[in-house]
Order: sequence, then C-alpha cells, then structure tokens
Amino acid sequence: MKTKNLIALEGNQAIALAMKQIDPDVVAAYPITPQTEIVQVFSEYVANGDVHTEFVTVESEHSAMSACIGASAAGARTMTATSSQGLALMWEMLYIASGARLPIVMTVVNRALSSPINIHCDHSDAMGARDSGWIQLWSESAQEAYDNLIQAIKIAESVNLPVMVNMDGFITSHAEEVIEPLEDEEVKNFIGEYKPLRSLLDIEHPFTIGPLALQDSYFEFKRSQAEAYRRVIPVVRSVAEEFAKITGRKYDLFETYKLEDAEIGLVVLNSTAGTAKEVIDNLRREGKRVGLLKPRLFRPLPVEEIKDTLSRLKVIGVMDRADTFGGFGGPLFTDIRSVLYDLPNRPIVTDYIYGLGGRDVTMEQIYKVFEGLEFIYKTGKVEDLISYVGVRE
Amino acid sequence: MKLPTWKEMPEGIVILDPGNAQEYETGTWRTFRPVVDKGKCINCLFCWIYCPDSSIIVKEEKMEGIDYVHCKGCGICSKVCPVKAISMVEEGSL
Repeated sequence: MKTKNLIALEGNQAIALAMKQIDPDVVAAYPITPQTEIVQVFSEYVANGDVHTEFVTVESEHSAMSACIGASAAGARTMTATSSQGLALMWEMLYIASGARLPIVMTVVNRALSSPINIHCDHSDAMGARDSGWIQLWSESAQEAYDNLIQAIKIAESVNLPVMVNMDGFITSHAEEVIEPLEDEEVKNFIGEYKPLRSLLDIEHPFTIGPLALQDSYFEFKRSQAEAYRRVIPVVRSVAEEFAKITGRKYDLFETYKLEDAEIGLVVLNSTAGTAKEVIDNLRREGKRVGLLKPRLFRPLPVEEIKDTLSRLKVIGVMDRADTFGGFGGPLFTDIRSVLYDLPNRPIVTDYIYGLGGRDVTMEQIYKVFEGLEFIYKTGKVEDLISYVGVRE
Repeated sequence: MKLPTWKEMPEGIVILDPGNAQEYETGTWRTFRPVVDKGKCINCLFCWIYCPDSSIIVKEEKMEGIDYVHCKGCGICSKVCPVKAISMVEEGSL
C-alpha cells in the first residue's frame, strides 16, 4: 500500500495548494478576510513560476468576476476566491457567469455580511447567492474543501456551469489540519485538459456572447438554463466515484451519519456537522436514536435523494447559519421542509438559527437542539417552529 | 422568422451565426413611417449616410426607397433631408 502523504495545512493553504495543482489559465481575485491567504499564497506560486497562470490583480471583486467572465468566455480555465462583501459585490456578475454557462470555479470562505461589519463565519454570503445559478458545494473540513475544489473543476466543465466551493471562515480557513493531498500528476490527470465548448479566441468560429434578449427570447434562454441543473446530480456522483478510485475518499450529494435507524435527525452544513457528530456519538451511547444529514451539494438541491433519506425520520431539526429576514425560517429549513411536504407521513421539521457572525457553536447548543427535538418526538407538540440558538435572551 | 423553442437554444447566451441581425424584422417597432416624395428628392444620400439601420435602399447612386422590414421609424432621414422630401406619417393613419 502507498504511504500516505500527510501534511499540516490551514484551510486556505489547502485551497491554494489545490489551485496550484489545478494550474488554471487565469485567476482574477481580490483579497478579503478570511479568504486573503488563498490569494496571497497563490500569488507566491505565480511569482515563483510554479504555475503558468495569468494572475489578474483587480481593484474590486466586481472586476474580479468580470475578468473571470471574460477569460472564461475566451476559453481559459478560470478560478477565483472571495468572502462575504466580496461575494456581495460580485452579485450582478454571478448571474452573468451562470447565464453565459461559463465553468468558473470559486472558493467562498463563508463570512457574515455587514451590517454590523464582522469578519467571522456564517453562511449569509453564499445563501445570498443561492439563486444565482452557481452550483454550490459545501465542506466540513479543509480536506473536504481541497477535495471539493478539485472535483469542482471537472463538474463545472462537464455541465458548463460555474461552481462555488464553500468552507467556514476562520473555523476551517485558518485552522491547521492534517490533510492528505493528491500528487500533482494525479490532479493533472484527474481534471484533464480543458476543452471549452467555444472560445472567443477561436477566430475561425466567431460568435456573439451576452447579447440582448427581450420578450421574444429571454424566457427561452432561462428555461434552457433551468434544464441544465438536471444534469448536475449524476455528474457530481460520477466525478465523486472517479475521485474515490484515486483517493479512497468517498463523496456523494450529502453525507449521512448514524441516520439508518435514527428517529430524530439533524441537518446542518459545513464545520458544525463535525461538532454535531460528536454530540450524536454521545447521545447514541445514551441509547438515543439520533443521526445527521450534512448536505454537500446544496445547489442544485438533490430533492428526491434528500426526500428518500429523511422520509423515515419522525422529527428533523435544521440548523441554519443564515437568516432570511422577514421570511419563513432559514434557507436550508425552507428547502428541507418543502422537500418533505408531499410525503404522506412527513416528519416534523423545525429550524434553529445559530452561529451568526461567528458566534461560537458549542456542543451544549447542539445538545439543547436535540433536547427540543426529543420533546417534540415524545409529545408531538411544536412550541417554536423557528428559534435562535446561542443568542443572549 | 420562426423563433426557436427553449430546447433549440444554444448553451450559453450566444449567437452562433454572426451578422444575422438582418433576420430580425425590426420594422414592426415603427409608429411613424418615413414616406419619400421622389419628385423633391435630389439624391444627395444624406438619408443613406445618417440612417442607423441601413434601411435606405440605394441603387446606382440613386435613392430608391426605404426598407420597411427593418426601418424602426426613428425619423433621422426626415430631419436631415435638405429638401424636406421625407415626411413621417403615423402608421395607424395608413
């Protein structure tokens, strides 16, 4: 058996390493906490000649995404990274990238949106881009973020859609973790050579990109775009299978943890899933039938697969690290609850908004969530459908 | 022009055959129609120079008429005509 090549890296360094191994044609990026280190380390690779990448230093994230769109339309394998306000500033360009079907890959180091200004983790940035047409992958750890980023290249280029890979700001981006990277050659062979669908530099085949489409055509363009997301789920699965063959690390649309015989389930994204697993282990020792579903692919939402997996449960708690102000619970909650609506014996689903602005997520908070879920399981009574966990009352 | 269904749209917001703007019959946008009085016209071709839609038909250096399939009725030809040979007539009155 091959000796494992284990190294200690921070999440951001692991992402920069993956980008070095991917060696994209173009990176246009602007630094923002907590993503800064990705840009910083990657620019060192560029300066040292470790990559052949054209690194475009821009004056804002709006320009970063605009440059990425131009580069991708020209046929270049294109990457970037951002956080929070940076993603918010990219907003109008995100829709242009997805509508134009450009396979740009971006790491989003999740950070709370202003105001008040804050640099720490929550998911309001990525959730704000939920409907922008970008495929969203989420990562519990630096290893998962690294693995997701490499797979994202293959996914994006297979379906001609942009992909964002999410990982928690500071918790994952700045924590040192033992990770097992691939060899440079393995990454190169896995992603293969990029053959764009069409390229603006191909002067033999001129075309117009981004034209005006009014009442007579806009709807048909958007309808055909909507169809493209149906192709994503099988692609994500086959890319994961191929990835497992070279690494032994298995990924799917989501991860389940002790869910097979569970009656009470938790649904949570990213690093909090790690804390929740520890809580679940302890509750299992007390004989409680509890488990976890951690979404990996959030957009497009694997509706049928989530429905099948959660249908056996009696009570489900969804933990949302983002709020929808004036809406009906967090974004993950409204999706999960809606997915289960058509089941004849649908589970009770409640929402717990937690960890906003980097508020520490403790095991005690998650025990409290399970306590509340157990009360519902025993009594069938829901006192608070949507509640806030870890806030001073 | 038969418009494609959503299943016939190319991937991405693209036009794959350049120079196809003439297939788009923009004449339907018009509310006022330029009408030429050839008796007044001196064939100076100011209208041809200024028309933003290449809708002035010229043959052998003579102004022959207007391409109503594409003319949007902007009225620039009527404004620039030095002998007032082009008048703008409301489509509904024709």
